[in-house]
Amino acid sequence: MRPAGRADTASLYFTYPQFEAPKGAARAGLARDVAVAIVGAGPVGMVAALTLAQQGIASVLIEAKDSFNDGSRAICIARQSYAILDCLGVVAPFLEKSLGWTTGRSFYRGQQILEFHMPDGPEEKFRPMYNLEQQFIEAYLWQAIEATPLIETRWRSRLEGIEIGDSGARLTVADPEGSYSFHADWVLAADGARSAVRSQLGLRLQGRNFEGRYVIADVQMDHDYPTIRRALFAPACRPGATVLIHRQPDNIWRIDYQLGDDEDPAEAVREEVVRDSVAAVLAEIGHTGPWELEWWSIYSANTLALDDYRKGPVIFIGDSAHIVPIFGVRGLNNGIADAHNIGWKLGHVLTGKAGAALIDSYTPERRGATLDVFANASKSARFMTPPTRGWQILRDAALGLALTHPFAGELANPRQMTPFTYAESPAVLPDDAGFAAGPAPGAAMIEARVGAGFLSDRLARGGFTLVCFDPTLARAVEALPGTPAVACLPWPSAAADRLGAGHGAAYLVRPDLHVGARWQAATAEAVRTALDNLCFREV
Amino acid sequence: MTPHEIEQVYEALAEGIDRAAPEAPELYLARACLLLARALPSAEAALAAIAAAGMTSTAD
Ligand SMILES: Cc1cc2nc3c(=O)[nH]c(=O)nc-3n(C[C@H](O)[C@H](O)[C@H](O)COP(=O)(O)OP(=O)(O)OC[C@H]3O[C@@H](n4cnc5c(N)ncnc54)[C@H](O)[C@@H]3O)c2cc1C
Repeated sequence: MRPAGRADTASLYFTYPQFEAPKGAARAGLARDVAVAIVGAGPVGMVAALTLAQQGIASVLIEAKDSFNDGSRAICIARQSYAILDCLGVVAPFLEKSLGWTTGRSFYRGQQILEFHMPDGPEEKFRPMYNLEQQFIEAYLWQAIEATPLIETRWRSRLEGIEIGDSGARLTVADPEGSYSFHADWVLAADGARSAVRSQLGLRLQGRNFEGRYVIADVQMDHDYPTIRRALFAPACRPGATVLIHRQPDNIWRIDYQLGDDEDPAEAVREEVVRDSVAAVLAEIGHTGPWELEWWSIYSANTLALDDYRKGPVIFIGDSAHIVPIFGVRGLNNGIADAHNIGWKLGHVLTGKAGAALIDSYTPERRGATLDVFANASKSARFMTPPTRGWQILRDAALGLALTHPFAGELANPRQMTPFTYAESPAVLPDDAGFAAGPAPGAAMIEARVGAGFLSDRLARGGFTLVCFDPTLARAVEALPGTPAVACLPWPSAAADRLGAGHGAAYLVRPDLHVGARWQAATAEAVRTALDNLCFREV
Repeated sequence: MTPHEIEQVYEALAEGIDRAAPEAPELYLARACLLLARALPSAEAALAAIAAAGMTSTAD
């Protein structure tokens, strides 16, 4: 929502482009068969399209709207998402615009009770978190899509029907010039929380809603505070509630405040009420200068997901598959990982590098990640919005104690965002017991310094990489057909130490930067067999 | 105790209060305090904790 007199997309800092539906000659091809259709050009659909393009797979992207999503929405992008964007070759504008951060501060009744630092250091290429308004996220992804001939985007084109057939699905789409249908072998449903694909197929999200509603409001102001996330528990301006404050680019500040049980949500989003609430928060943090209201919205914390992210040729990614509470900042980050995960898998299957069974690893891996988010989010929700007397008493006791005893403040540490480990996945091999350090199969590959750059710079973009230390092994692997790219690193080295690797050790890293297998004493044959197994190749 | 262990204790107490309801939380918590005190090596440690808890009263 925006202040009275301002249009839906009349932003103080962002100019929304206007896109046209397919016109003229372009219409001739609308009804042709396609290999992959992606429904929804939100951030998740766009990442999926870019991932497929990197695999050499063309896709058709269908979007109902004529522009990007309205409002700043998901503003916290995690390190792992930047690693994915880097892998797709599109991270540069993100790095330039966004504000990286590592630190959070929590306050109880105006007094600081905790300062936490997310893990960071010179061996990391990216900061643990970056703040960037979602419009820019979408705009930068779009820049890359526009430059990719493999992606055909159809704006103002709404999916109205979908029917699953023997060898794919038939989609019916309406645009300003009419309605048409076409066949797609595969469909990625990236059409968001109110997914039309999901409801057309009669599928329902399962899970629960938490108590508590929050208003998020963006204001533009000159406010002197570093990019540090502030959480205010029981502040004077809202004694029974929690307030979060984030800095975004362009002097935009996100004020996120919890509503009391007695506050009517419809009333709470009236402009005057939002202005009063925001003014009270700004007074509390000592901002005395002018400010302008940019945009606001209301949300409640849900943990909802599909039981299966796949139905035949249709695969759900992003908010269409799961809705998670936003204080874990996992909504968009989780969706980006979904898109990247299915993108390389589908790409490998469609280019004949992998067997079709690889697709079956998508749901266990990504739904597992969502359930992990739910568990963490439930913890955060219990702290932010205690659901019962017992949780309320303990929460308040911990906050009170934290004023003088730092250990209690740690209970307010959100500990957000370590990438999920695909421990139970069929697309991950059993560990080698010889490792005392480093990421086990299923975990995300760690970052390390290598020469003047980083380990991740040495990984193949879109393909498997064998990270090893013994040049003889490297040559043997390179000599075999159908083996992965090889990154042979110095040994001994800091990277080898972090990976717990002896001289003959090797890590096989999947295209999504998760470890697929590792050995202390690798052989070229073992590597090739592992790659066959990880790709479900019939040999 | 690790932060994770503290969190386990925190959660057990919160759930304990809810399970004890409708009994007043203070009765449940007082029982828990006495039992925890018994597990300490000396009365001194218990008395110090009791005094510290009083010093961070959050009443307005
Ligand atoms: C008001 C609001 C505030 C939010 N605030 C936060 C926040 O503060 N922090 C946070 O982490 N997350 C927030 N989120 C969630 C975050 O925006 C989402 O997690 C993220 O956008 C998910 O991306 P997505 O691509 O899966 O879905 P979306 O971004 O919802 O994209 C789906 C796309 O599909 C299109 N579409 C839908 N139906 C059809 C159809 N039938 N045919 C064709 N196209 C269709 C839509 O137009 C849209 O462009 C917020 C969401 C909303 C709506």
